[in-house]
Amino acid sequence: MGGKTATKVGQSGLDKKTLLNFLHQMLLIRKFEDKAGELYARGKIAGFLHLYNGEEAVAVGAISALEPHDLVITHYRDHGHATARGLDVKRLMAELFGKATGVSKGHGGSMHFFDATLGFYGGWAIVGGHLPLAVGLGLASNYLRKNQVILCIFGDGGTNIGYFYESLNVAKLWNVPVVFLCENNLYGMGTALHRASAIREVYRKAAVFDIPAERVDGMDVLAMREATVKAVAHARGGGGPYFLEAMTYRFRGHSMADPILYRDKSEVEEWKQRDPIILFQQRLREEGVLTPQDLEQMERETDELVADAVKFAEESPEPPLSDLHEDIYANP
Amino acid sequence: MPMITYREALHHALREEMTRDERVLIFGEDVVAYGGAYGVTSGLAKDYGEKRVFDAPIAEGVIAGAAVGAAMGGLRPVAELMTINFALLAADQIINHAAKVMHMFGGQMSVPLVMRAVGGGGAQLASTHSQSLESMFAHVPGLKVVTPATPADGKGLLKSAIRDDDPVLFIEHALLYRVRGEVPEGEHLVALGKAEVKREGKDITLVAYSRMTLVALQAADLLSQEGIEAEVVDLRSLRPLDMETVLASVRKTHRALTVEEAWRSYGIGAEIASRIQEEAFDDLDAPIRRVSGVEVPLPYAKNLEQAAIPDAQRIMKAVKEVLARTGG
Ligand SMILES: Cc1ncc(C[n+]2csc(CCOP(=O)(O)OP(=O)(O)O)c2C)c(N)n1
Ligand SMILES: [Mg+2]
Repeated sequence: MGGKTATKVGQSGLDKKTLLNFLHQMLLIRKFEDKAGELYARGKIAGFLHLYNGEEAVAVGAISALEPHDLVITHYRDHGHATARGLDVKRLMAELFGKATGVSKGHGGSMHFFDATLGFYGGWAIVGGHLPLAVGLGLASNYLRKNQVILCIFGDGGTNIGYFYESLNVAKLWNVPVVFLCENNLYGMGTALHRASAIREVYRKAAVFDIPAERVDGMDVLAMREATVKAVAHARGGGGPYFLEAMTYRFRGHSMADPILYRDKSEVEEWKQRDPIILFQQRLREEGVLTPQDLEQMERETDELVADAVKFAEESPEPPLSDLHEDIYANP
Repeated sequence: MPMITYREALHHALREEMTRDERVLIFGEDVVAYGGAYGVTSGLAKDYGEKRVFDAPIAEGVIAGAAVGAAMGGLRPVAELMTINFALLAADQIINHAAKVMHMFGGQMSVPLVMRAVGGGGAQLASTHSQSLESMFAHVPGLKVVTPATPADGKGLLKSAIRDDDPVLFIEHALLYRVRGEVPEGEHLVALGKAEVKREGKDITLVAYSRMTLVALQAADLLSQEGIEAEVVDLRSLRPLDMETVLASVRKTHRALTVEEAWRSYGIGAEIASRIQEEAFDDLDAPIRRVSGVEVPLPYAKNLEQAAIPDAQRIMKAVKEVLARTGG
């Protein structure tokens, strides 16, 4: 697993409201995913659906370290990142339903969430394909003096493709403010990390480009936040790119089509012992930040948010057929 | 003859060719535990060992390039690129290397390799995962491009592709894996570059390939109920292209309609139409028409996606328009 031992809530320097908000976001992501999985089974959602269960602490901790004018760019397993960035779960669910009210007007689906107004620059489904884009966004930030940091999220599987190495090299060379965040959940589809990567400690791949790199416990939301705060400060201060490897695990299959024949149930159970939501709840309770009533209320609120999202998605209209011919060129 | 699925037919072809020739090996993304994104290689690693069936990282450039190198080194690799959309990441190796080795080095060496990739839309995978990019690759001399529509052709073409001494891009269709059909057991070869008349008719020739062959056949059945007999030619291979079969059919029906899922501009239909008019202009009673995918990045929403992919209704409408031009 690596990483440091769990950060004490009390030492995090965060107020109660912020801490509870982290838990709220993680719960919301988990419930959204569970509901999406259920709706997929019922045929309400189609295409590829990649759920984020188990990895919630990575998104919530890391994205909490950003300023509103910073950017997030991520891979196709993007629901958690979008939610943590504050995209409206109603419009996310509508996107999964392929409705006109979805964040990408129903054109993108699960893998392609996007909300330019919130600095959420996608949801990209070609593995590794968005890393060069992050470099370009960093270039624009420097050039236009936007003082913007780009958080670029991808999986362990995405660190074996040429784009990854090309992007790290150029990011360092051009000194762009990009925080590369690898969600190492130990598998790319059904292929275990050690079967696909000659180096098992992914952060070491960044070290060869002299990019500061570290491994973080991705099941610990506060550790994720702390590491990302440091990385963002480095990038914003003109230090160039930074690399984080979050050790995490996806509790469900790669996608809804995955029979999960490649890993032991016992391995999954072991990781579930480190469920980031349960771990954080325990710590908040132990240190007296969370009461049973708080939790009950939070459960209720997040249930309602998801239920409202489903209702909104159900009731939203399909995109009009005229949409087919729109948005292809800026100046047709 | 046993009725099996397209997936099983492809699986049998791989199994038989691996048994026949020790130099055949399979590598690519998720071919072992996952059995390939669509299950085609399922069980092969267990039966033939991981020396012959093994996973590669998500690194299409090296998968394709290593296949070229392995072929130069004396092997007959079957590389799995997962989908045609990801073949774009390997396009340099496919186009600049695989397709060039033979001619550029004066015929000293060929590269006997197969790259398998899934193409096509219809599964709501959105625009980067639903493309029909075959014409981009069929454009390139030195490559062979094969697009089977039926289980029997899948098996026969894959076996031939593996035995072929040239690089073959073998494009399967995402919606065909569960389609069943009669497939001969054991040695069943379909020659590369041979089209097939899948249905006879006298009124018009529908030229299709891959899944659109099945849609054209469906349209032909419906048209038949209205007294219109369409002949359906399945190209099966896009390069080499069997114009003989197409021209023979057009000389009989005097009308042609091309059907493709891919975008219309610069496409397969454009090529076929052009060749027909070059070689059989005098046999035509009406202008050739094309039914193609609507020219948009394929959206996720079901209603939009369905509207963008040709179906039997659109084919029927176009057939009637062609016939109307001749008063037929
Ligand atoms: C270039 C490319 N090749 C293959 C795929 C198919 N594919 C989609 S996700 C995936 C696994 C990615 O694993 P990882 O990067 O570890 O992310 P995770 O799914 O574990 O979050 C693969 C092979 C793709 N989308 N893009
Ligand atoms: Mg992974």
